[in-house]
Amino acid sequence: MDWILITEQALNGLQFGLMLFLLAAGLTLVFGIMDMINLAHGSLYMVGAYLAAAVAQASGSFALAVLAALAGTALFGMLLEITLLRRLYKRDHLAQVLATFALILICNEGVRMIWGEQPMMLNTPAALSGPVELLPGLYYPAYRLLIISVGLAVALLLFVLVTRTRIGMWVRAGASNREMATMMGINIKRLFTLVFGFGAALCALAGSLLGPLLAVQVGMGESILILAFVVIVIGGIGSIRGALVGSLLVGLVDTLSRTLLPAVLRQVASSEVASNLGPALASILIYVLMAAVLFWRPQGLFPARG
Amino acid sequence: MSKPIRQSALHHAGPGKAVLLTVLALLLALPFAAKAMGLEFYIGVATRVLIFAIAASSLNLILGFGGMVSFGHAAFVGLGAYTVGILMDAGVSSAWISWPLAMLVSAGAAALIGAISLRTRGVYFIMITLAFAQMFYYIVVSLKAYGGDDGLPLTGRSLIASGIDLKDDAHFYWVVLALSVAVMGFLQRCVNSSFGRLLQGTRENEMRMAAVGTRVFLIRWQAFVLAGALAGLAGALLANLNGLVTPHLMHWTQSGQLMIMVIIGGAGALWGGLLGAAGLLILEELLSSYTLHWHMALGVVLLAVVLFAPKGLSGLKRARRQAKETIHG
Repeated sequence: MDWILITEQALNGLQFGLMLFLLAAGLTLVFGIMDMINLAHGSLYMVGAYLAAAVAQASGSFALAVLAALAGTALFGMLLEITLLRRLYKRDHLAQVLATFALILICNEGVRMIWGEQPMMLNTPAALSGPVELLPGLYYPAYRLLIISVGLAVALLLFVLVTRTRIGMWVRAGASNREMATMMGINIKRLFTLVFGFGAALCALAGSLLGPLLAVQVGMGESILILAFVVIVIGGIGSIRGALVGSLLVGLVDTLSRTLLPAVLRQVASSEVASNLGPALASILIYVLMAAVLFWRPQGLFPARG
Repeated sequence: MSKPIRQSALHHAGPGKAVLLTVLALLLALPFAAKAMGLEFYIGVATRVLIFAIAASSLNLILGFGGMVSFGHAAFVGLGAYTVGILMDAGVSSAWISWPLAMLVSAGAAALIGAISLRTRGVYFIMITLAFAQMFYYIVVSLKAYGGDDGLPLTGRSLIASGIDLKDDAHFYWVVLALSVAVMGFLQRCVNSSFGRLLQGTRENEMRMAAVGTRVFLIRWQAFVLAGALAGLAGALLANLNGLVTPHLMHWTQSGQLMIMVIIGGAGALWGGLLGAAGLLILEELLSSYTLHWHMALGVVLLAVVLFAPKGLSGLKRARRQAKETIHG
C-alpha cells in the first residue's frame, strides 16, 4: 500500500466529509431546536444542484450558478418553512416523517416535471479542471481542493457564527432549551425561519459543489440524506461541533474503507471474495460505527442538551 | 366484571361479525368477479394489498401498540423473502419448510436487533433500527452468488399441497387471504391479551408500568420479535408474488412506505395496517392510471392526511362516531 494512494483517499474522505457537514449542520439545527425530523432536507440539496446546473447551462458561469443556487434554495427553504413545516413542530415524529416523506415525493416529481428524467450535466469550471501537484509525486484535482477549502471556510464561518455572535447564542440557547429561550425573549419563530433558510443554502452549496463530481439527478438527495442523519446521530443532535466531527468521521471511514478494506481482505482471502465482500463491509462500517456510538453513548458524542 | 375492561381504550373490539363476514365473502369471491370481468390483473393487486397488510400490521404492533417507531421494518420483510429465494435456489421449494423458516430467520434477526436497539429511546431508536436495516441491505447487495444488486429470480412459486397450485394467481390469492385472516385474528387476540395490555401500557407510561412490576424491556422485545416474524411471512409471500427477490425490498424507502401505511391507516388501531396498505396501494394504482406524475398527487394526498386527518383513516371513523355521540348525547 503506497502512501500516495492513502493520502489521496484521505483527502477524498476529507472532501466528502466536509460536504456532508454542510448538509448535517442545517439538519442538526432543525432537529435540535425544533425537534423536527426533516426527511426533505435531501430534497433541498437536490433542488440546489438542479438550480446550479440550470443556471450554469444558461449563463456558462459556475460562480454565478453557485450563487443563484444558494439564493434560490434559501428562498425555497424559507417559503417551505413558513407555509408548511411550521405547522409540524408541535406534532409527533410520525406526522413529521409522513409529511416530509410526502415532500420528497413532491419535490422529486416537481424536478422531474421541470427538468426531465435525464440526469443534468454540471461541468467542472475549466480553470480548475486540472490536477495540482501537492507534494512531489502527489497530484490532486484542483476542483476537489476548492471543495475542501470552501468546506473548511464554511465550517470556520459556522463556528464563529455559532460561538461568537448574538444570533449564534440564540441558536445555541434554542437547541439546549427551547422553552427557556422563548421565556428569555428570543423570537424562536423568526429565528427558526432564518436557520431553516440558512440550512437550505448550505444544502445548495453542497449540491452545487458536488454536482460536477456526482450526477445531478432525481433521487440524489435520498442517499446522502441517510448519511447526514447518521452523522448527526453520531455527533449528537443539535450540536454543530458534533456534526463536524461526525461528518469527518463518516467521510473518512467511508472513503478510506472503500479503498483499504478490499486491499486488506486480499491479503487474507481470495481476490474474488475480497472484491465482493470489501465494498459491502465498507458500506456497513459507518452503520456499525453509528450503532456502536449509540450503544455506548446514546446521546451522541457531543450532546447539545443538558 | 369484564365490561369496564371491554370498554377501555386499550380494548380493540374490531368490527362486528356481520361486517367481518361480508367483507370476507367479498374478498373470497374477488377472483371469480375479476375473471368474469376479464380483470385478472387485479387479483395480483389484491394479493399485494393483503401481503402488505400483513407487513404493515406487524409494524403496527410495535409502532402503534408498542410505541416503538422502527424505521427498519423492511429488513425483516427482505430477510423473509431472501430465505425463500435462497432455499428455492438450493432446491427446497416446499412452502411448509421455507415459509416457517423465513419467519424464523426474520424473528432471529429481530431478536438480535431488538436486544440492542431497545436500549435506546425516541429518535435514537428510529435511527438505530434504520442503521441495522441498512447493514442488511448492503449485505444482500454484496451477495453476488444470489444476484447482488440485480436480485435473485425465483424458479417458480413455493409448493404447498397437491390440490393447491400457487402458480395459479387465484389459488395464490386465496392462500394469502387465509394467511392474512389468520394473522389479523392472531393480532386481535394478541393486543387484547394481557400481553397486549402490558405492551400498550408501556407505550402510555413506561415508568409507571415498570413501577408496578412489568418487565418493560422483555415485553417490548417479545413484541419486536413477533413483529419481525410476521414481517418475514409477508416477505416470503412477496417473494412468491414477485417471482424475484431484490435488495430493494430492504431499502429504507420501503421501511418508510410501511410506516406510511401504518400512519395513514391509523397507528394503534386494530385495522390500521390493513386499511393503510389498502389505502396506499389502491391510491397508487388509481393515480398511476390517470397521470404519469402520480408521485406528485400521492405526495399531496399524504400531506393532506397529515394536516387534516392526524389519526389516519381509522381516526376519521372514530372522529365521526364521536361527533355523532356529542350531537345525540
